[in-house]
Amino acid sequence: MVKEIERAGIPVVHMCTVVPISLTIGANRIVPAVGIPYPLGNPLLGEEGSFKIRMKLVKKALKALETEVDGQTVFE
Amino acid sequence: MEKKRVVHYINNFFAGIGGEEKADIPPESRPGRIGPGMALAEVLGDKYEVVGTVICGDSYFGENIEVAQEKLLSMIGDFKPDAFVAGPAFNAGRYGVACGTIARAVEQKFSIPVITGMYEENPGVDMFKKDLYIIRTGNSAADMRVAMPKIGALLKRMMEGEEILSPEAEGYIPRGIRVNYFADQNGAARGVEMLVKKMAGEAYVTEYPMPVFDRVDPQPAVKNIKKARIAVVTSGGIVPQGNPDRIESSSATKYGIYSIEGMDMMSPNDFMTIHGGYDRAFVTENPNLVVPLDALRQLEREGEIGELVNYFVTTTGTGTSIGNAKGFGEQFSKKLVEDKVDAVILTST
Amino acid sequence: MKLELGKIKIKDVQFGDVTKVEGNVLYVNAKEIETLVLEDERLISAKVELAKPGESVRIAPVKDVIEPRVKVSGNGGIFPGVISKVQEVGNGRTHALVGANVITCGKIVGFQEGIIDMSGPAAKYCPFCSTYNVCIVIEPAEGLDTHDYEAAGRLAGLKAAARIGEAGRNITPDEVMSYETKPLQEQIKQYPNLPKVGYIHMLQSQGLLHDTYYYGVDAKVMLPTVMYPTEMMDGAIVSGNCVAPCDKVTTFHHLNNPVVEELYKRHGKDLNFVGVILTNENVFLADKERSSDMVAKLAEYMGLDGVLITEEGYGNPDTDLMMNCKKVSQKGIKVVLITDEFPGRDGKSQSLADAVDEADALVSCGNGNVIINFPPMDRVIGTLDYVETMIGGYEGSLKPDGSIEAELQIIIASTIANGYNCLAARGY
Repeated sequence: MVKEIERAGIPVVHMCTVVPISLTIGANRIVPAVGIPYPLGNPLLGEEGSFKIRMKLVKKALKALETEVDGQTVFE
Repeated sequence: MEKKRVVHYINNFFAGIGGEEKADIPPESRPGRIGPGMALAEVLGDKYEVVGTVICGDSYFGENIEVAQEKLLSMIGDFKPDAFVAGPAFNAGRYGVACGTIARAVEQKFSIPVITGMYEENPGVDMFKKDLYIIRTGNSAADMRVAMPKIGALLKRMMEGEEILSPEAEGYIPRGIRVNYFADQNGAARGVEMLVKKMAGEAYVTEYPMPVFDRVDPQPAVKNIKKARIAVVTSGGIVPQGNPDRIESSSATKYGIYSIEGMDMMSPNDFMTIHGGYDRAFVTENPNLVVPLDALRQLEREGEIGELVNYFVTTTGTGTSIGNAKGFGEQFSKKLVEDKVDAVILTST
Repeated sequence: MKLELGKIKIKDVQFGDVTKVEGNVLYVNAKEIETLVLEDERLISAKVELAKPGESVRIAPVKDVIEPRVKVSGNGGIFPGVISKVQEVGNGRTHALVGANVITCGKIVGFQEGIIDMSGPAAKYCPFCSTYNVCIVIEPAEGLDTHDYEAAGRLAGLKAAARIGEAGRNITPDEVMSYETKPLQEQIKQYPNLPKVGYIHMLQSQGLLHDTYYYGVDAKVMLPTVMYPTEMMDGAIVSGNCVAPCDKVTTFHHLNNPVVEELYKRHGKDLNFVGVILTNENVFLADKERSSDMVAKLAEYMGLDGVLITEEGYGNPDTDLMMNCKKVSQKGIKVVLITDEFPGRDGKSQSLADAVDEADALVSCGNGNVIINFPPMDRVIGTLDYVETMIGGYEGSLKPDGSIEAELQIIIASTIANGYNCLAARGY
């Protein structure tokens, strides 16, 4: 899906846990997520802590969208 | 018993109308067989009849694909075909593309067996091998007497509804389609055998060569994220409670587009996850873990992003074929473009 | 470590007053099994039903399949750390009721439970259509948390299998197999001229319905470790998962691991089978990296020349499979992978979610996305209520007459990625 969005002319950032799969299928802007059962946040840290992590990841994703890349890039 | 009706497509050259100077002739239809159709009829034998031949110049076809296709389909339909043969095109590139295009169109429109033939380097091969049986031919028409019997033989099997065997057995170009069969030995025995050979440096054949994934160039960065319209897409299986569109938990065949208008966050009362690939307990309690609406709304209020479109796009990623995912992406991206989306955040579990 | 496995061939199953084996027939006291299962107050009902090969019977939603076994001599008991006390197993003598199975089924926990047909066109895809099955249909207490329900269901099956296995304790087996793997140094010395081969066994460990237990330890909190193959035959590994039904390595398959069986067959002939490396398939990338690093390290440490790697599940575990393959290959060890394929219903897409160049020797266990049709059956054990939400099912899968159209993956262990079946896929 990620490639079709890009092909349609829209920049896209892929937030995912399993970065190797994202690299294999060919996403260009990749932000590693926390884990498969909770990609954006960490419920074990409580609601507030979890939200903080989510906000940080979303900001990182926005940053990635604002960054020029010339190939597959993982924003650690 | 009535003979089964076969229609044949050839270009101007094989119809004996002329060479390159006649490549611009529009579609025409003639009853009976012409040129290579003679060989085809001979191979097919008594139970089948080549009832008509449709002809088009390669240049005309290439330059007027839609018109040519429509006209040809109508001419082919007039013959009430039971099966359809295009070419073979050997190594003629434009002819190959024309054969593939019309054969696929005939199959889609009339749901009858179709077949063509090409040299493996013909550009039509890569375009159509997944959709069509393309008999592997030599690179010139000199191979006609070898190619046509293979085309006839496979077409007959298709018309009789017989099981189509492997590419090697039938002579077609491998389509890259994975088909099940029962092997003589179980997988473990075959695996051990393969390992013994590999360790000894002997030849072995992998049962699945590693797949190739295509690439797409990255889009330029978003100029000003504070003005950007942003959409969220997810493969994390978040759907409205009750899963109204019955999206599958795994190996999805559909996606959904659902409203988030007026919502400050993804409420567990409104949304659930159907993803079959992970422990859903956490996301069931807080769907924002997959669709970060709460964070994005806050950023929207603070002016950190322009605005969020009022829906999200969703499906289940696990086990969903690349073919389906690509199809979803092509479809919903049109909507994203129409809705003037500047950037997409795609989340996966 | 040496295990003698006595195979008692079961040729029929019937209800009886006493649970026993007599003349290759298994008699089951249903009341006894139901009472045993209901000792767990998380379950409010249990019903034993029998299913035999060739009958017009459909079993759904199936949770686990377990071959009854009993430890006759040697350390420990069956299913150590879960049913028996934690104690090393794999030595001595064990009896198995071959051809009989306990099947747990009942109201679904997740989407991952599947179907077994005892006859008809779907039967040929499932190894359990040809066994004599003691099915236990369970029902959870109202409001029971899904994790607890899964645990209760898992224990019910294991307890019942251990109890039924007891019936084989004093029976003379029809056949006795002997399996032996020595401590590493001695094992290498035994066949110094044969290539040293190991088996990397990847256990599903992704959470609810996706866990596997080794001596009672959840595989997701375990670091990769080395084990003797015979430990498996005494139930050191039990399934707590369903993954996609087609991929489920049931407890039966852990007891009867096909790769272990094949490696023993050629042990001392073409290869020297020195041991098993056990690893997991976790949900965090760091875990995947760490586990695959350790797998490669253990393989190198054991001095292996070649390994087979099997996977359980698809999607993100494909990454674990590929990481293991790449890292082990980079140690100069030859690798063969066994897995199944999900190239879409039309078979035209890529079969795996991830790929590495080192994966140049792979055995296919079939395409799980193929659509098949199941005719109606006269009797249903369990319920068909969940067919359309099971993995492999979809809207419209269940027809009014009780027939089903669904992807092959809805059938238990149909494309199991450990090489147990003959089903395979090839390029057309």
